[in-house]
Amino acid sequence: MNDETRINRVNRFISTLNQARELGLNATDAGEGYLVMELPYSDRIIGNPDTGVIHGGAITTLMDTASGSVMICGLDEFELCPTLDLRVDYMRPAEPRKPVYARAETYKITRNIIFTRCEAYQEGGETIANCVGTFMRIGKEATPKSYRDLITGGEE
Amino acid sequence: MTDPEILRYTQETGDFSRMMESIPYASWIGLQCDRFGDDLIFRLPAKEENLGNPILPAIHGGVIGGFMEMSAAIYLIMSQDTFRMPRIVDFSLDYLRAGLNRETYAECRLTRQGNRVANVMISAWQKSRSQPIATARAHFLLED
Repeated sequence: MNDETRINRVNRFISTLNQARELGLNATDAGEGYLVMELPYSDRIIGNPDTGVIHGGAITTLMDTASGSVMICGLDEFELCPTLDLRVDYMRPAEPRKPVYARAETYKITRNIIFTRCEAYQEGGETIANCVGTFMRIGKEATPKSYRDLITGGEE
Repeated sequence: MTDPEILRYTQETGDFSRMMESIPYASWIGLQCDRFGDDLIFRLPAKEENLGNPILPAIHGGVIGGFMEMSAAIYLIMSQDTFRMPRIVDFSLDYLRAGLNRETYAECRLTRQGNRVANVMISAWQKSRSQPIATARAHFLLED
C-alpha cells in the first residue's frame, strides 16, 4: 500500500464520522504506521471566549480520531478498532486562529490490541498535547463488507 | 465561564443556561447541567453532529471525552468558594461501552483538592448509572 492510498483510506474513513466532518478534520500526510491530521480553527470550538483558545475536548477528538485511524496506515486490510482508553497530557493551550495538527503512530500492533502514540502541535510551535491510546482489534468481519469497501474505495 | 456576573447568577439560581451559552464549545456539543440540591448532573442530549461510528451508530469518543472534561471543569468551578479558573493538566479516559445515539449523563466527584491541583473522577452513563459507558479522571491546575 502506498502513502496516497493510506491518506485516501483515512480521509474516506473520517468522512463517515459526523463529528470529524463537523470539525473539518482531514489527513494531510501518512506513511507506514503513521499519519498527520489537521484540525482547522473555528469559533464554534472555543472553550475560553476571553482568549479564543479552543477547548481541550476538540483536541481530544482530534487525537482520538487520529489515533483511531492510524491503524489504517499500519494494517493491510481495513478494521474498525474501538477505543479502549486514551490518556491525554496537556502541555500548553493552542494558539487561537491557527490549525492544530496531530501526528499519530501505531507503536505496537498485536493480535488483539493496537497501541498508539499521538502528539498535537501547531506550525513551528511547541507540543500542545501528548496522547497514548489502546484500541481493541475486533476483526475485520465485525465491520460490514459494504462499509469496508467504502473505505478501501474499491482500489484493489 | 470567566464572567463573574454569569457565575453569580448560576450559583444563585441553579440555571446553567447562561453559563453554557457563554462557552461556544459547550453549546456546540449541546452540554446542559441540572442542579439537585448540591449535586450536579451533566447532560448531553442526542445530536447527529456528535456521532462517530456510523454503523452502530455511536457518539464519537472524542465528544464523550470533551463532554466529561467540560463537565469536570464546570463542576470544579462550582465547588470552589472563590472563583478560580481550572486549567486541565491531564485526562485519562476508559471507554467501557459504546455510547449510543441517545442522551448521555455525567457526574463528577472531587477525589482530592490540594492548594493548586485538584483531582476529579467523572462517570458517564446512558441507560443506567450502574452501567457506565466511560469513566475518566482528570487533574486540574487552579489559578487565582
